Amino acid sequence: MPTIQITGGRIIDPSQNLDQVGDLWISRGRILPSGGGNEEAEIVVDARGLIVCPGLIDVHVHLREPGNEEDETIATGAAAALAGGVTSVACMPNTIPPIDTQAAAEFVVLQGRRAKQANVFPVGAVSKGRKGEELAGLGQLVAGGAVAFTDDGSPVSNAGLMRRALEYSKMFDLVIMQHCQVMELTAGGVMNEGFESMRLGLGGMPAAAEDIMVARDIRLAEITGGRLHIQHISTARAVELVREGKRRGIRVTAEACPHHFSLTDERLRSFDSNYKMNPPLRTAEDVAAVIEGLKDGAIEILCTDHAPHAREKKMRELDQAPFGIVGLETLLPITVTHLIEPGHLSWSEAIRKMTINAANLLGLSKGTLRPGADADVTIIDPSTSWTIDASQFRSKSRNTPYDGWEVRGRAHTVVVHGEVRYTLGGIVQETPAGASPS
Amino acid sequence: MPPADAPGSDPAPTAWTRKHLLGLEDLSREEMTAVLDTAESFSEISKRSRKKVPALQGRIVFNLFFENSTRTRTSFSLAAKRLSADTQDFTASVSSLSKGETFIDTAKNIEAMGCDVMVVRHPTPGAPHLLSQHVSSSIINAGDGAHEHPTQGLLDLMTIRRAKGKIEGLTVALLGDIAHSRVARSNIWGLLKFGAKVILCGPPTLVPRSMERLGCEVAYRLEDVLPRCDVINVLRIQFERQQGGMFPSVGEYSQFYMMTQERVRKAKPDLLILAPGPINRGVELTPEVADGKHSAILDQVTNGLAVRMAVLYLVSGKMPAGE
Ligand SMILES: [Zn+2]
Repeated sequence: MPTIQITGGRIIDPSQNLDQVGDLWISRGRILPSGGGNEEAEIVVDARGLIVCPGLIDVHVHLREPGNEEDETIATGAAAALAGGVTSVACMPNTIPPIDTQAAAEFVVLQGRRAKQANVFPVGAVSKGRKGEELAGLGQLVAGGAVAFTDDGSPVSNAGLMRRALEYSKMFDLVIMQHCQVMELTAGGVMNEGFESMRLGLGGMPAAAEDIMVARDIRLAEITGGRLHIQHISTARAVELVREGKRRGIRVTAEACPHHFSLTDERLRSFDSNYKMNPPLRTAEDVAAVIEGLKDGAIEILCTDHAPHAREKKMRELDQAPFGIVGLETLLPITVTHLIEPGHLSWSEAIRKMTINAANLLGLSKGTLRPGADADVTIIDPSTSWTIDASQFRSKSRNTPYDGWEVRGRAHTVVVHGEVRYTLGGIVQETPAGASPS
Repeated sequence: MPPADAPGSDPAPTAWTRKHLLGLEDLSREEMTAVLDTAESFSEISKRSRKKVPALQGRIVFNLFFENSTRTRTSFSLAAKRLSADTQDFTASVSSLSKGETFIDTAKNIEAMGCDVMVVRHPTPGAPHLLSQHVSSSIINAGDGAHEHPTQGLLDLMTIRRAKGKIEGLTVALLGDIAHSRVARSNIWGLLKFGAKVILCGPPTLVPRSMERLGCEVAYRLEDVLPRCDVINVLRIQFERQQGGMFPSVGEYSQFYMMTQERVRKAKPDLLILAPGPINRGVELTPEVADGKHSAILDQVTNGLAVRMAVLYLVSGKMPAGE
């Protein structure tokens, strides 16, 4: 592993309230104290005009392996992460078979190491087979490398099971992530329920289906003292409930995805399945509330819900096409264009939600540039304007609503575990041949 | 001016420039008027002894029906035949497509056989729109789920215009299952653009309040609405679309919303009653009302043929000249 000197960049590290121009030194997979000690740089990255920050962490991605390798594999998903500036991903357990045993978690860890792209951390299932009936072997999942638990793809509908999960997981101090949706209210739904679904004659999923589950689970977190994380929050009322829960000292956190702060359900007028996701695109009011929640801290994490689907699946009629869009390669530019440039969040606030807050959620020793920390670093060109071109994605799938969008901001160079694993500009000197992986 | 028997003759000057007919939401009043005027001139053909003009000779019209509807399919087939087009039916349920084959694949196959116009009925909203992006034939939406049924909307407009001499200023109630009705949506867009007042009436589970935002009145009590109506369009209860429990029972529905002689008497004397078939006698309306003097049900069928001839004719005009 070479010694790397990143020179002249604007170093933003919210974990240390740092925002200053300077040099960053890396050696043997670790961040060095400023100045680099007696090390001599083998690679010098000129970061003048660029932002240097802790590697971005995405707490919500679907990598589809095992079971749906035609959509994505752990290797292609982790490569897509790097191209988006993301150095670590937490992948959801709704694979086939699901990640509900130690062996299944270990498979993900192993494939992630083999791929040698972004770091890959498995999230274990809450229930056996994700059936929502009995607790999965949470302790064994932890032993296999799981960093959190969720049945995402579906909610834990049974309130009793959810209560047990929140209680039992306290022994690991790991978080239960919940996809909040009351299924009885969304049966047959394809999009948000409201004026637009009525106009189009499409089955609706009411905002209340999310709100009610968020309210229930916050109350369960309160009585158990467990850690609850609301996944892909999308409604105004849910944001308010999380804000209220925090005010009352309940251990609840929330995440939001770019599509929920940049798109509304009016987009479905095109009948384009790239606008079909779950939770669905909501109204302009909900979008405003999500942005407000991001601003005031009710929502502390930005993530993607990266959900790749092969073209033939998304080409079907709207009610038969699967939910979800790819997100890893558009997280950063959509965040820059829709949150930072309009002044909703500062660079430091946005980066905080993709680094230290995400690391804290998952209990990772990442998301910081403190000396001694894992040397995962993302270098961002904050002002470059470019056009999103889905055909260039590293993800195996192309299901994005952002194809052709003019955006600003892009990952320039990405360092994982002290190695330069991605460059856009080609300014970096070659990594010496034979540099051994750890 | 009635259409002459020469190919390419123009039955009426039109504002029509579209390749597809996907819905009435997209159409202007002028475009809808063009269809209605063309349909008027075509309806004359139905009265001749030789009911055929060569307008679409050599063209192939495919009926792609992924959902059963004998009436609509027959109406389109007959309309195409009267224009001397060759017609072919393709009927399949979505679930009967072989595994992995999409309905886009199916349509592409049909196009490869040399198809000019596809008449598409599909249970999913937007399916004809999706198809229009993948094939080069003209697409006519013959009903996409609960979204739109534009030729039904146009034939209802034609029926009202013929009976009343105008549409503007009339009060038209749509009665019944608005939420699951493609006929309702096409009617709403068409009627509003022609300047009618639209009242949506039915139980709250079937009549979404959000429709008010389109500029419609939403009402739950038929008795309150009846005296104001010039036209009532009685929509069919779509038992197959009910996810259960939208209303307690058919009996209870009929008690509140069935058009009976007694209710007709509470309306204006020249009330016009429309009902897109197939009707459920004794549920949405009594047999006496269905067959009574206010009913325009059979006129709708006749006008449907003329409207479909007009639409086939107009969308074909945008195809590269084959002759
Ligand atoms: Zn989810």
